[in-house]
Amino acid sequence: MKLVIPSIHYLAILPVLIFFGAALALVLASALARGKVPLGVATLTVIAAAAASIVANYFQWRCVAKAGASVTIAHAVVLDDFSVVASGVIALSVIMTALVAHDWAIRERVSGVEFHILALASASGALLMTQANDLIVIFLGLEILSIGLYVLVAFDRHRSTSSEAALKYFLLGGFASAIFIYGAALVYGATGSTNLSTISYFLGTNVLLHPGLLYAGGALLLVGFAFKIAAVPFHLWSPDVYQGAPTPVTGLMASIVKVGAFAALIRVLISALGTQLDTWRPILWILIVLTTLVGASLAVVQRNVKRMLAYSSINHAGFILLGVWAGTIRGTAATLFYVITYAPIVVATFAIVTLIGGVGDEHHSIERYQGLARRQPWLGAALAVLLLSQLGAPLTTGFYAKFAVLASVVDAGGGALALIALISAAIAAFFYLRWAMALYSDDGPEADRIVVPRATAVVIGFGVAVTLVFGIWPGPLVTLAQHATVLFTP
Amino acid sequence: MHSSWWLTFLLVVPLVGAIGAALTRKREGRAYAVAIAASVLELALSLVVAFLYNDHVAKAQTFDFATRHVLSAPFGLAYDVAIDGISLLMVVLTALTVLLALLGARDRRQEPAFVAWLLLLTCFTMGSFLSHDLLEFFIFFELTLIPCYFIISQWGGKERSKAALKFFIYTFTGSAFLLIGILYLAFAHQHQLPGSALTFSYSALSATAMSHGTAVWLFIAFAIAFAVKAPIWPLHTWSPLTYAEAPTAGSIEMSALLAKLGTYGLLRFAVGLFPLALVSMRPVILTLAVIGILYGSMLACTTPDLKRFVAYSSLAQMGFITLGVMSGSTIATVGAVLLMFNHGVITIGFFLIIGFIEKRRGSILIKDFKGLQGPAPIMAALFTVVMLASIGLPGLSGFVSEYLILIGTFATHSWWAVVATFGVVAAALYLLWAYQRVFHGKAEGANAEMADATTHEQWVLVPVILLIVVLGVFPKPVLDRITPSVQQLIHHVAPAGVNK
Repeated sequence: MKLVIPSIHYLAILPVLIFFGAALALVLASALARGKVPLGVATLTVIAAAAASIVANYFQWRCVAKAGASVTIAHAVVLDDFSVVASGVIALSVIMTALVAHDWAIRERVSGVEFHILALASASGALLMTQANDLIVIFLGLEILSIGLYVLVAFDRHRSTSSEAALKYFLLGGFASAIFIYGAALVYGATGSTNLSTISYFLGTNVLLHPGLLYAGGALLLVGFAFKIAAVPFHLWSPDVYQGAPTPVTGLMASIVKVGAFAALIRVLISALGTQLDTWRPILWILIVLTTLVGASLAVVQRNVKRMLAYSSINHAGFILLGVWAGTIRGTAATLFYVITYAPIVVATFAIVTLIGGVGDEHHSIERYQGLARRQPWLGAALAVLLLSQLGAPLTTGFYAKFAVLASVVDAGGGALALIALISAAIAAFFYLRWAMALYSDDGPEADRIVVPRATAVVIGFGVAVTLVFGIWPGPLVTLAQHATVLFTP
Repeated sequence: MHSSWWLTFLLVVPLVGAIGAALTRKREGRAYAVAIAASVLELALSLVVAFLYNDHVAKAQTFDFATRHVLSAPFGLAYDVAIDGISLLMVVLTALTVLLALLGARDRRQEPAFVAWLLLLTCFTMGSFLSHDLLEFFIFFELTLIPCYFIISQWGGKERSKAALKFFIYTFTGSAFLLIGILYLAFAHQHQLPGSALTFSYSALSATAMSHGTAVWLFIAFAIAFAVKAPIWPLHTWSPLTYAEAPTAGSIEMSALLAKLGTYGLLRFAVGLFPLALVSMRPVILTLAVIGILYGSMLACTTPDLKRFVAYSSLAQMGFITLGVMSGSTIATVGAVLLMFNHGVITIGFFLIIGFIEKRRGSILIKDFKGLQGPAPIMAALFTVVMLASIGLPGLSGFVSEYLILIGTFATHSWWAVVATFGVVAAALYLLWAYQRVFHGKAEGANAEMADATTHEQWVLVPVILLIVVLGVFPKPVLDRITPSVQQLIHHVAPAGVNK
């Protein structure tokens, strides 16, 4: 038997290679270098790798503009504008997280470069998911992404909650992966392939007389994804993990996992199973209603801001799912627009939470924020803007993100669903506002001034700038998201 | 057709004023000076626009100063402004309200943030009234919540957090219905014209063909949002707490101005866009309006504090406006638009005087006051004029508008008008009774020592009194500007022959 090496279009997988290469380089450097690799070097490596990946994205974009979307490595990996934009967002989130984690590591006296290595490796998994055109590749990306995160969540060795969260995440994540791969196997059984394009072609040209196997497989895939994006009722891990994980890691999880998982989910549901729209839509409908309402309602009763943000991110996941539910180009563009705008906001929010958490990363009760804006007006105002953006107030990107997904849903005939989601946003407004109100309350505790390190300040400033600038002038981002989905092959 | 730059200036002036005020240091009153300058300029601009306004510009259109720039085609986002006679009056009211609110809140002149939020609120409210595009309107409409929220939650009374949250959540939930309705309408319009771009332009969407059922659902969605904002019974429950807890300037802005966004929206969008729904929805809303009139009057009699008192009397007045807006009669609708303005002016008067009393006594409970007429005769006199206008005494502004509403409504929906007329009697009852309890009798203790209105306070109230008297005697210039626009709206809404 002769082994056939499939042709590889290296530009297509360049970002993944850069990320993974940088991770390996750091591993080697820390093993070979005499003494420890300084933290600054590791942070710079991560930033350089992510920046290089963004440059690679630029060339990919030009390549797609010239030659159109293409598949490579035996049709398993796809290069299109959708993957390019999603990769760019992931790289950006990684840069932001690296900066926050740098200041965090100095404060917590974490030496060593493991954090950065794991972040890079994890992100390469997320990148792979955005480009996957095969269920097996999605699974690979999912695993690479998750294994890094399991360790990162446990990174705070001084806190037992961190290890507890990691164990919980690991066990449940393991189950979810198993369910996902079982779903992939069933879909393979039903269609004869794990390749998304082939599945799509098969389902487009054949009528399944006994679609039970396909449905079961699709449902299991959906469960796997629902776990990763923390959709209700598969969300139970998320508050504990968000709370237990070191805060910069929580920010990373909230951003890159969402981008990667939603990109892959769109490819599976819309590219591969687009013909089965009428079958998966009702399931997604229920999932969205539960996710938005439960996420918003449970957030209201939390006193710990990290748990609150966990439920808030569940609520956001419900909103992002709306764009998927629409099942149209407009919906896909809206989903992409949502994750583009959500990622910087959520990383910046967690950057502030990291700062307020203080040494030991333990002060996350909402009382801690009382009067913050009175003591430190700029920091307080930045957090207020980020919260208003998450709430969906106009003049922030949060508004247009919600507007885009709701528009796509109403366009696809889901007025009731859109209304339910929007009412959940009103419930969610309650806890964002309560937090914002705490910032401006008079009776704050006598707390020390919080020193904002430079790198973290850059991240917060960037998050606020993105949400305000594109909140006033969303045109460029909308066009980007629109353009990225035009060549998308449904 | 005049240049749209005038309207852009109306938006930019308060915005620049807000930024300027926010950037000043806390030095004695500088932010306040900036804010006063900005709002005087704003008022001057709005008066210029009012004089320039030309009510028959294009064919069968009374919209002047129009322009449209698409900002983001995939979203259908556009900057589209225009005004007609109805919005013109609201624009003037917006500029007037902020100036008087600022003048009345002179004791907050050392707080740049406060005046900056007020100016920002003015910018957003102005934007809502100028918008000729549904998405743009919605954005401004939502934006008004943010300054209001911060004004109440930072400068309000004891229960300010609760009041601010209640206000925000109520209105936010209401506007959820509005947004979905707007999106549904826009896509219905787009699907009717294959290949057309998504648009939220008012003039385009008002030509959307729809079935009776769709129209009714959309009307309900729009009406919920506006009924919360106005407020219209039974969605008013946020308003007494909010008006009572907000600082005086905030109460003024919310009841005199933002409430009008509700009735304005009801007239312009709910009525203007869904004429088909009116046949079945009119009796429903008219009934709610009449219930609001009676219910508001009843609670105004029993409420223990002065700000809640104005809140309930406003509920009754908003009932009258709603009655006029939904009556389908040109005369009543003109009266309703006029009452939006007059009620604004009257409410400003009420809240200013109550604010002055609260500043002196630290209380707004009616039972704490007695015989204020003795120590504060000028304040009592000013209150009397405002009160009489609110009762609807002929010769003062309230009379003209209520009279127009009642005769117009009587012609189209006589029974509702008949019941609503009792509201006029009830208004006399609760207002005179409240006046009696607060101002009559023999003043004792702290009441006897209360200082009368200062010169500054008197001057702040002069424009209010002037407008009340002038519009009561000579409303013609205002009516001339409203009538063509209302006629056109009613003509669009109802088939010929139904109008009376």
